[in-house]
Amino acid sequence: MASPALEVTDLRHRYGERESLRGLGFSVAAGDLFALLGPNGGGKTTLFRIISTLIAPTSGTLEVFGVDVVAHPAQARRSMGVVFQSPAVDPWLTVLENLRHHGYLYGLSGATLGRGVERALERFGLSPRASDRVGTLSGGLRRRVELAKALLPEPPLLVLDEPSSGLDPTARRELLQELRRLRDDEGTTIVLTTHMIEEAAVADRVGILHEGQLVAIGAPADLVEAIGADILTIDPAGNATALQQKIKERFGLDATLVGPNLRIERKRAHEFVPKLVEAFGSEIASVSVGKPTLEDVFTHHTGTRLSS
Amino acid sequence: MMLAVYSLWRRDVIRFLRQPSRIIGALLTPVIFWFVIGSGLGSSFEGGFLPYYFPGSLALIVLFTAIFSTISIIEDRQEGFLQGVLASPAPRAAIVLGKALGSTTLAVLNGVMFLLLIPFSGLTPGPGDLLGAVACVALLGLALSGLGILIAWPLKSTQGFHAIMNVVLVPLWLLSGALFPAAGASAWVRALMQVNPLTPAVDILRAFLTGVPAANLATAAGTVAAFALVTLSIATLLVSRPSQ
Repeated sequence: MASPALEVTDLRHRYGERESLRGLGFSVAAGDLFALLGPNGGGKTTLFRIISTLIAPTSGTLEVFGVDVVAHPAQARRSMGVVFQSPAVDPWLTVLENLRHHGYLYGLSGATLGRGVERALERFGLSPRASDRVGTLSGGLRRRVELAKALLPEPPLLVLDEPSSGLDPTARRELLQELRRLRDDEGTTIVLTTHMIEEAAVADRVGILHEGQLVAIGAPADLVEAIGADILTIDPAGNATALQQKIKERFGLDATLVGPNLRIERKRAHEFVPKLVEAFGSEIASVSVGKPTLEDVFTHHTGTRLSS
Repeated sequence: MMLAVYSLWRRDVIRFLRQPSRIIGALLTPVIFWFVIGSGLGSSFEGGFLPYYFPGSLALIVLFTAIFSTISIIEDRQEGFLQGVLASPAPRAAIVLGKALGSTTLAVLNGVMFLLLIPFSGLTPGPGDLLGAVACVALLGLALSGLGILIAWPLKSTQGFHAIMNVVLVPLWLLSGALFPAAGASAWVRALMQVNPLTPAVDILRAFLTGVPAANLATAAGTVAAFALVTLSIATLLVSRPSQ
């Protein structure tokens, strides 16, 4: 059987006192669109930097198509396209010059490079801007240059760090569409990090990264399914902790305090609402019942909210 | 390997040519130094200071060009361009060599433009001498670029580089015979000048431009070449080492 696109085993990273990755293990099958979901500071960027060979892990291994990134970085780099969060293009060079430069770094030249650049420009709608300096482009266009650049050597694996940060909703939608198309048409494996639920929801599989550990992994639908309950969100009118205690005493239910709200996971939650309101109506500003989302999966596993 | 070197070299040259302020800055500073210091000290120096100081000014141009060119490594790291290069399969030696050759090319360009001032310096080198001086500028450019890269690589801010420039690089130049000859200096300065790898480079430039023979041109050139080899090798090792 072919090696997975990404195989991570007991990966740890420590920098001084801070342990940003605490024994990660997971794998990404070739051809998957995989999202690493987690809050900023959860270890995503550290993991991303290890994948892209910029830093070495303290212990553990990470393989890209069976190639260990620490032992054979040059070989691993060859099979990866990398899109960083901060732009890795030179603003003083034109779009065309940036693309050609990137091709040279990957050993492309002559007609092969010419065709590749032509194709990349066309595909990302950059042809009319080819001779513009990148520094004069808008944020969305610049991101397209990044993507065009990363895909120029036709890598079997594309890794992206927070690809839609700084993009407006339209540009974000276009980007996700492009990534899906890339997976479907070219069979490219895509690994992206994100702190946005909408972005993770389009992935084939999602890994939830929290405080340096993977707390859940699976298809978004399966992760949601696994909760097996509805989500009851209570907006307390008064003291949330006091209400939490009362609910515990009265119903024997553990409500978690998430931000200002109380959250209860319960099957057939709608049947519980009348009882709750009857008991503590005066202490509740509002109650809502919903099917769990990926956001709830995150809260379920971490006890905190992803978005603030 | 060569494609990556070529591409990184080309990028440096293009960036330089698109920022006229850099050309002017790199060029004008030594001209001002040469003319003002040279004229100021003029009469108190036997044979006039302007001609003595000309080769030293040329060395200063190379030093400034190397500094301004390699300091961009720190900016490239902050802005993100560098991570794109480091994540690529380009050999690490190619990254160092591309940068060093880019910086050296700029040093040669600036050096040649400075040499156009020769008619005003009172010096009369022949065409062969000028070629020799340019060759020396190139060799010194490689050495100082290597030094610049290995200084800039671990630094997080350009301020750090400025500090090292003032504490290490400028004294390196001051003690190279560029500003004053070793003969009249105190013993400890003379000793420092003797071990300074910049001294033989200034000796060579002076030999070609003023006709004052260097003690041993081949040894001097060998020393500068060795200096270049050492700085570039250490820089490559540094760049190859994965960070934590």
